[in-house]
Amino acid sequence: MARIDMQGIAHSYIANPSSDEDFALRQLDVRWLDGGAYSLLGPSGCGKTTLLNIISGLIQPSKGKVLFDGKDVTRQIPRERNIAQIFQFPVIYDTMTVFDNLAFPLRNRKIPEKEVRKKVGETAELLDLTSDLKRRASGLTADIKQIISLGRGLVRNDVSAILLDEPLTFIDPYVKWILRRRLKQIHEQFRLTMIFVTHDQTEALTFADQVVLLHNGHVLQQGTPEELFEKPAHTFVGYFIGNPGINLMPCKIEGSRALVEGASIPLPETLAKKASQASGRLQLGIRPEFCEPASENTEGSFQANVGKVQNLGDFQLVTARVGAEKFKAKISIGERISKGAQARFLFPENHVQIFENEKSL
Amino acid sequence: MTIHLENITKVVQGQTHIFETDLILEDGSFYVFLGVTLSGKTTLMRLIAGLERPTSGKVVIDGVDASRIPLQRRNIGMVNQEFINYPSYTVYDNIASPLRIKKLPKAEIDQKVREAAKTLHMGDFLNRMPNELSGGQQQRLALARALVKDTNLLLLDEPLINLDYKLREELREELTEIIGNRDMIVVYATTESLEALILGGNTVVLHEGKVLQSGPAQEVFHNPASVQVALTFNNPPMNILHAKIIEAGGKRQALLADGTEIFLNGYLKEVPEGDFKMGFRASQASVYKDDENDIPVEGVVDLAELSGSETFIHVLHQDVALVIHEKGTHAQQMGQGIRFYLKPQYLFAFDDEGKLIAAPPV
Repeated sequence: MARIDMQGIAHSYIANPSSDEDFALRQLDVRWLDGGAYSLLGPSGCGKTTLLNIISGLIQPSKGKVLFDGKDVTRQIPRERNIAQIFQFPVIYDTMTVFDNLAFPLRNRKIPEKEVRKKVGETAELLDLTSDLKRRASGLTADIKQIISLGRGLVRNDVSAILLDEPLTFIDPYVKWILRRRLKQIHEQFRLTMIFVTHDQTEALTFADQVVLLHNGHVLQQGTPEELFEKPAHTFVGYFIGNPGINLMPCKIEGSRALVEGASIPLPETLAKKASQASGRLQLGIRPEFCEPASENTEGSFQANVGKVQNLGDFQLVTARVGAEKFKAKISIGERISKGAQARFLFPENHVQIFENEKSL
Repeated sequence: MTIHLENITKVVQGQTHIFETDLILEDGSFYVFLGVTLSGKTTLMRLIAGLERPTSGKVVIDGVDASRIPLQRRNIGMVNQEFINYPSYTVYDNIASPLRIKKLPKAEIDQKVREAAKTLHMGDFLNRMPNELSGGQQQRLALARALVKDTNLLLLDEPLINLDYKLREELREELTEIIGNRDMIVVYATTESLEALILGGNTVVLHEGKVLQSGPAQEVFHNPASVQVALTFNNPPMNILHAKIIEAGGKRQALLADGTEIFLNGYLKEVPEGDFKMGFRASQASVYKDDENDIPVEGVVDLAELSGSETFIHVLHQDVALVIHEKGTHAQQMGQGIRFYLKPQYLFAFDDEGKLIAAPPV
């Protein structure tokens, strides 16, 4: 087990990079604490896999250092780093039994058979695989195969961290629930540093204590799921997290209020002050979850035109418009609201954010 | 066009892939095939498309047995999970290819290609090669090629599954608008219940080669015909508890395994005495009591998954795994006792075989 520090890491796949564009990762510092549950979240092509491969040693970074517990391992090859990696597809031997699959990494290291049996037995017990040990892996379902892949990492005493590269991609939604829960439990039991790479926000947020959001080779924000949801540091974080993402509308500041087309929205005092001093392009942001239906006499509410209303089971998703600006609101099922009507909405002060040139004020 | 699957079955090497199915697909309608992997969605689509023949029964298109219509004469568009485009053609030529096969005049091809490209936001990429496109753009291209043909039947087999989560969300929304007012039959296969709700239209719930239920999405969602439909059409799957109905002192009540009593009123009054299965959605249970009629139930926290905006609390109640979906963040200790509340106005009742007896009124 180890704390992993990445210092001033940048990476380019081009031999002589000339501009910023040539870098897949652009100058980043991340600390992964020992025993933490992390998610590395971002869209395709954001640099997630590059970052993961730098940790495991499959890639040597163009710039910067990787430290395990303070020790520089930047030039070490993957085997010396003792990282276990799980991929989209389970990497196990179909012709072997579950026992032999779990034993494989230990036998490879020439560990005495008695010790192998003990370790495999213990790991299987913790992973609920004991009754499957004698079965051939070929007949097992994809989710159990992924647990076995994980077991092959956990069976080693000395593993520094476990990297999971989109391990749920090819698992059915129904089973995803079960496997996600298992992964989380395994983390609680083993308390190993686990880094879960995904483009799926639900997977990322439910697994991690800390989420690192990567975009265009930059870390845009690192924090708890709650922080990323409630206070996105960048419009992209607001857009990428949440389903649908944050509403963003160009705005002007007048006194302690933000003007979006015809609507005048009250701001908390400190935010209004910061926003009035800003010189960049301003956008008001609010999550669909926080938009509330309001009445005539609700202080700070405004009128909007209701477009689409979708009943999505747990809530209604309402698309509304002020002037040319569209926003979405998640409204509870009981609330009566209909397409084509005019309705009043409230953006509660404490949930309104102002972004200047895409960055949160 | 109307397609009627008349009591078709499909058996492959002694294994039944599709059990006897009777289904009518009507012009201008949208159908979502909802089911887990291997539930029969793709096989059913291939049977509809004529790529496979049924073992028994027949596929009838506008009154004509489809086996008599050659495949190339059927006007069908199909988009799969994988992005299938011609790698050596530009985006323009990819979209134009089905029209060139039909030998349409050049000017008409040009107009249609540009129209389809515009609908799918591909107008700026007409000269690019497929490998210069992102995954989302490649799948849009495949869609453009299917749409440009003006087909009577469009089959979409989990077209978004290989895309990034966010792209999926965006393309899904676009799809409802692109397909919304076209004069054709659209069939869309998915494993995700939320997708079926967002897309709307008709939902056909499949499980192990059987059509369990079909009808307008909201109707099926609110009145799942069986426990299996309720499990498939909810994410997380609907919670199911065993219960017994007893008559005590002239009052009808349900008794849970741990002795919890629930008095039955309204729509639940007619549930007959004896064993039954009680269902409730994850979002219809809470760790907070917010109504005096809410029923307290005890359990043990298995795990809490926090997502920043919502929390999924996994609870063990008498060894049955349940999920409670709360808004906001609610940290819970593993292994700790927890009291949660059921809302009697939102309970579903299924009989011992799993058939729906009563659903909460909408």
